[in-house]
Amino acid sequence: MHYLWEALLAAWRLVSSADREVVDILSRSLEFAALATLLAALVSVPLGIVLALGEYRLKRLLAAVLATLTGVPTVIVGLVLFGLLSRQGPLGSWRLLFTPAAVIAGEFCLAVPIITYFTFAALEAVDPLWRLTARTLGATRVQEAAAALRTARRGVAAAVAVGFARAISEVGAATILGGNIRGSTRTITTAIALETSKGEFALGLALGGILISVFLLLNVLLLRLRGR
Amino acid sequence: MLRLWKCLALLLGLGLSASAQVEERLILATTTSTENSGLLDFLLPPFEERFGIDVQVVAVGTGAALHLGETGDADVVMVHAPALEEAFVAGGFGVNRREFMFNDFVLLGPPDDPAGAAQATQVAAALAQIFHAQATFVSRGDNSGTHVKELELWRLAGLDPRANPNYRETGRGMGETLITASELGGYTLSDRGTFVTFADRVALAIVAQGPVTGGDSLLANPYSIIAVNPVRYPDINYLGAMALIAWVTSPQGQRLIRDYQVNGQPLFFPTLLPPE
Repeated sequence: MHYLWEALLAAWRLVSSADREVVDILSRSLEFAALATLLAALVSVPLGIVLALGEYRLKRLLAAVLATLTGVPTVIVGLVLFGLLSRQGPLGSWRLLFTPAAVIAGEFCLAVPIITYFTFAALEAVDPLWRLTARTLGATRVQEAAAALRTARRGVAAAVAVGFARAISEVGAATILGGNIRGSTRTITTAIALETSKGEFALGLALGGILISVFLLLNVLLLRLRGR
Repeated sequence: MLRLWKCLALLLGLGLSASAQVEERLILATTTSTENSGLLDFLLPPFEERFGIDVQVVAVGTGAALHLGETGDADVVMVHAPALEEAFVAGGFGVNRREFMFNDFVLLGPPDDPAGAAQATQVAAALAQIFHAQATFVSRGDNSGTHVKELELWRLAGLDPRANPNYRETGRGMGETLITASELGGYTLSDRGTFVTFADRVALAIVAQGPVTGGDSLLANPYSIIAVNPVRYPDINYLGAMALIAWVTSPQGQRLIRDYQVNGQPLFFPTLLPPE
């Protein structure tokens, strides 16, 4: 148990001294996850809306597939993308393996199913009668979608937030695709894995504590923004 | 809305500027033992400054590092499994292999040595003691250089380690494996460097010494650096790879390896330093 205490001290030391490497890794983690989530949201929110509002066969099955994709192990996503991005793979000539772009691509692929599924679920929950009313009042498809999105906006915002959480907390894909290269692709989670492998449990835990604190701060800020 | 677009543009710019560095970088695939010991942080910065090359270290096991060389995803590899290295070069994947430093492996076990392995003078006999006592042995099980060496030692002793019901494969790095062995009260094989770094955190003692302290020469652990073959992958950073090979085999690089210490102990010994 003693290292839990040590971790608290280590976290305090790192924060109070604004350790350059930690600040660097932390801001990189936030950048990667933010960019991946933003790009994922640009794809997933419209996709979720179209899938939820459209009427077609096998909608239930599609929902089941989406739900399954939200739980794919991050290492598997990493391995599939590694196969694509490796020099031997179909996208090898892009030379993206072991670059920040590869990590962002991995996080993007992890966030897309989550944001799509939760957007889908949030819009499904909008009362169908309400949509019918909009349509009988002469709303076009686009207007109807916009109205449904307004109603379900909290759910969609939550979908994006969970997508961000998945992106920033994952370690499997980031390790395989980024290679945990210092100053380039080392994120908080891959740094934690590294410190753990070095037996520096306290330092690993301290980094985790810092990540969670910053994440909490972000969520509180978002909450206040929404409150207004 | 305008603000959102500004944010997006900024983030995209960040992503692009990050991937625009591709040309000047040198990807070094190496083992966790060189990275985790801190040696590379000591050896590489002067090289980077002098040659203007950004060395990006991907630390994995020896098997995985060689695989990254085979697929052309690394420019240069620094590993420690001579048999695998020879196959790598013979297969046409690597060129200009140089052995440039060494340390040794040590056989570790619980301080009270329940299997009596420390009495053996040779490592094969010590392993036989452990095997016949059916004592817990914790293996890396990850095709790393240390794992390859361990399997070679079992083979030389004429034993199948898996016939021991208490043989455990962690599939993890050296540090995790040392902690596992310590927690399970088992024996394990480690490179001396990682053990020195972990010595104060694990309840393990040296059961069989390696050649650095006059023990069995079978436990020697030579490290090599190999450039990935530019004939196979013309656009890898071959010049950078050769510059790094030159650096680590140069008197300057060799002296840095000699001078690097953890807890007051040297971890690696240069192979190519002229006697003083």
